[in-house]
Amino acid sequence: MKIADFTEEHEMFRQTVRRFVETEINPHVEEWEAQRIFPAHELFKKMGNLGLLGLTYPEEYGGGGVDYWYQVVLLEELGRADCAGVPMAIAVQTDMATPALAEFGTHEQKQKFLVPAISGDAVFSIAVSEPDAGSDVAAIRTRADSDGEMYVINGSKMWITNGTQADYLTLLARTSGEHGYRGMSLIIVPTDTPGFSVSRKLEKMGNHSSDTAILSFDNVRVPKANRIGPEGQGFILQMKQFQRERLAGVLMSISGMERAIRMTIDYCRQRKTFGKPLIENQWIYFRICELLTEVEALRHLTYHCVRELLAGEDMTREVAMAKLKAGRLAREVADTCVQFHGGMGYVEEYPIARYFRDARLLSIGGGADEIMLGIVAKYEGILPER
Amino acid sequence: MKVVVCTKQTPSTTAVFTVDANGHVSWDDPGGKPNIVNPWDEYAIEEAIRLKENHGATDAIALTVGSEESKDALKTCLAMGCTEAILVSDSAFDGSDTVGTARVLAAAINKIGDVQIAVFGNRAIDGDTGLTPVQVARKLGWTPLTYVSAIKEISNGQITVERLLDDGKETVTAPLPVVISVVKEINEPRYPSFMGIRKANRATIPVWTAADLEVDGATGAEAAKVNWGHVYAPPPREGSVEIIEGETIEEKVRKLVDKLFEEKVI
Ligand SMILES: Cc1cc2nc3c(=O)[nH]c(=O)nc-3n(C[C@H](O)[C@H](O)[C@H](O)COP(=O)(O)OP(=O)(O)OC[C@H]3O[C@@H](n4cnc5c(N)ncnc54)[C@H](O)[C@@H]3O)c2cc1C
Ligand SMILES: Cc1cc2nc3c(=O)[nH]c(=O)nc-3n(C[C@H](O)[C@H](O)[C@H](O)COP(=O)(O)OP(=O)(O)OC[C@H]3O[C@@H](n4cnc5c(N)ncnc54)[C@H](O)[C@@H]3O)c2cc1C
Repeated sequence: MKIADFTEEHEMFRQTVRRFVETEINPHVEEWEAQRIFPAHELFKKMGNLGLLGLTYPEEYGGGGVDYWYQVVLLEELGRADCAGVPMAIAVQTDMATPALAEFGTHEQKQKFLVPAISGDAVFSIAVSEPDAGSDVAAIRTRADSDGEMYVINGSKMWITNGTQADYLTLLARTSGEHGYRGMSLIIVPTDTPGFSVSRKLEKMGNHSSDTAILSFDNVRVPKANRIGPEGQGFILQMKQFQRERLAGVLMSISGMERAIRMTIDYCRQRKTFGKPLIENQWIYFRICELLTEVEALRHLTYHCVRELLAGEDMTREVAMAKLKAGRLAREVADTCVQFHGGMGYVEEYPIARYFRDARLLSIGGGADEIMLGIVAKYEGILPER
Repeated sequence: MKVVVCTKQTPSTTAVFTVDANGHVSWDDPGGKPNIVNPWDEYAIEEAIRLKENHGATDAIALTVGSEESKDALKTCLAMGCTEAILVSDSAFDGSDTVGTARVLAAAINKIGDVQIAVFGNRAIDGDTGLTPVQVARKLGWTPLTYVSAIKEISNGQITVERLLDDGKETVTAPLPVVISVVKEINEPRYPSFMGIRKANRATIPVWTAADLEVDGATGAEAAKVNWGHVYAPPPREGSVEIIEGETIEEKVRKLVDKLFEEKVI
């Protein structure tokens, strides 16, 4: 189907990303999943060389300087990969750890940090969540205390994607004694700073190819010059950055769902029960069509968000709706696809088992379903006062 | 030193074809683009770009004789890193056979001027004759070097290449200018980068017509010595599957052997 927002050039770019996924990611997925990590530096450098890591960022810093529809193409094609772990790790670099830097960083900060993020010479993590603060970002406890021109950071971060191999963290920490969402700042932390350590790599249910870590900060000293934006504005900047993170998650999930459904159609064509292919059972083909319908509806809600965001509208409510729907639909798709694969859906020989594990994350990461519901409720004016 | 890479647009490798009663062929690719750069040519394009990067060629020019739609394939060449792309298109060339096509390509290469190496893919996945490169060489009076798997050296007006043959490799040297056709062992083609795609879409691709060229010899359907008399889809294969039933393996094998005798297979 032809979508008006994509030009010939976008489509040509799509071919490049598709090929990149087919030749540089898919052949290694089994190995990376088994190793519970992928070589981020190596892969990101290849992507940087092709200009894939900073499509929407200014050309001055090595970016592409183009509209967000290119990013849509990139994310959609990444979402088609044979696993969700590597695409998620890439999206951390492009859509989760760097948007605030690109939008609110100073020229010097962008020279120093954004340039290597775009060229693929540095790997980034976004470090917000903590052992005691995931959904409730305002409850974070990691502190960055002032000491002259330096911050002294103490605390810990949890579930940090790319955490064992990152060169830089975009860290949210408290820079004043105030409570709640006040008094936080976003700070770029080089991981070779003394006092920083990776406490542990987490063993996860899915997204095996992506490394997720608990990080620890013990008097980590970084220059105040590494703070993005004014002191105390970190929470607001991060909320803005979350919007892009959510949109990225949704876009990758849509093509992922489509891939899972198509794999299931193929399987049901081949598999015969009671003397006929599975696909010829009305329950099965109707159900598949229902799911495709919902995926299509979600896709267009998401494209609507992109269009309006590009026009400068506040789409917080709609992006939250899309994220909520994507998380739930991915679970439904994964469950149905495994079901129609029967026993084969439960063994590792078929990729649908991995999809089932990987798809579960979307309803939790980047703000859980319930947090999305809270955002929608707030915009509807029906969220009770706390 | 200029390098030209001759390339054509072909149906995609996953395209689905239909042949109508009049032998008219059409195709579409539900999962992607119906037309692509001839896959063999990607190696030729890559090698032309490398000749520029590593052997001091000043230009790597992509050249196609074809319809207006072939501009898409030429854009891919530019996106990969060719410095220029030229489309030769004229109804006078429609329906040419390989000799006719070679005449046009040779005339275009002459018009470009100062070309030392014309690079081709080994064959095209649709026409699949593999004849075009040698016929262009013949027309230009240049040395054809086929099945090239490596360019070893270019110096003092000579080129040394390795050729990959069925039984081994050979290294040959020839005076420039030459026509080379390459095999896929020669390199690993790069993908168009994002920057390349941007540049390619801003570039204008000149279109040369018959009036711009001095084509030596006849072209077009009338002049084609090889006529596509009858084009048709092969009839679907007929056959059936029979599963041999039996209590034991021995019984099944006995039945199978009987059957094979019966059908005169053995
Ligand atoms: C694989 C993976 C990768 C991750 N990568 C990163 C990363 O790179 N950087 C980073 O900072 N974080 C990362 N996270 C953390 C992620 O953002 C959090 O796990 C998520 O925000 C949920 O927080 P939590 O785990 O603390 O859940 P909790 O806050 O403890 O919530 C538990 C559950 O309770 C429910 N809930 C919570 N609040 C409410 C409420 N108000 N009303 C009703 N129900 C509620 C929700 O269902 C929620 O899932 C990652 C997580 C995973 C699993
Ligand atoms: C509408 C139509 C009608 C035709 N009618 C006839 C006909 O009546 N009789 C007949 O014999 N053939 C006919 N042809 C086929 C045509 O002659 C061949 O496609 C063409 O000459 C190339 O031969 P090939 O495909 O075998 O390429 P090959 O020789 O296998 O290709 C080798 C190399 O030459 C390059 N090359 C081939 N063609 C071109 C080109 N046009 N521009 C630049 N590089 C090129 C390829 O890209 C490849 O790198 C027709 C083609 C079309 C599209």
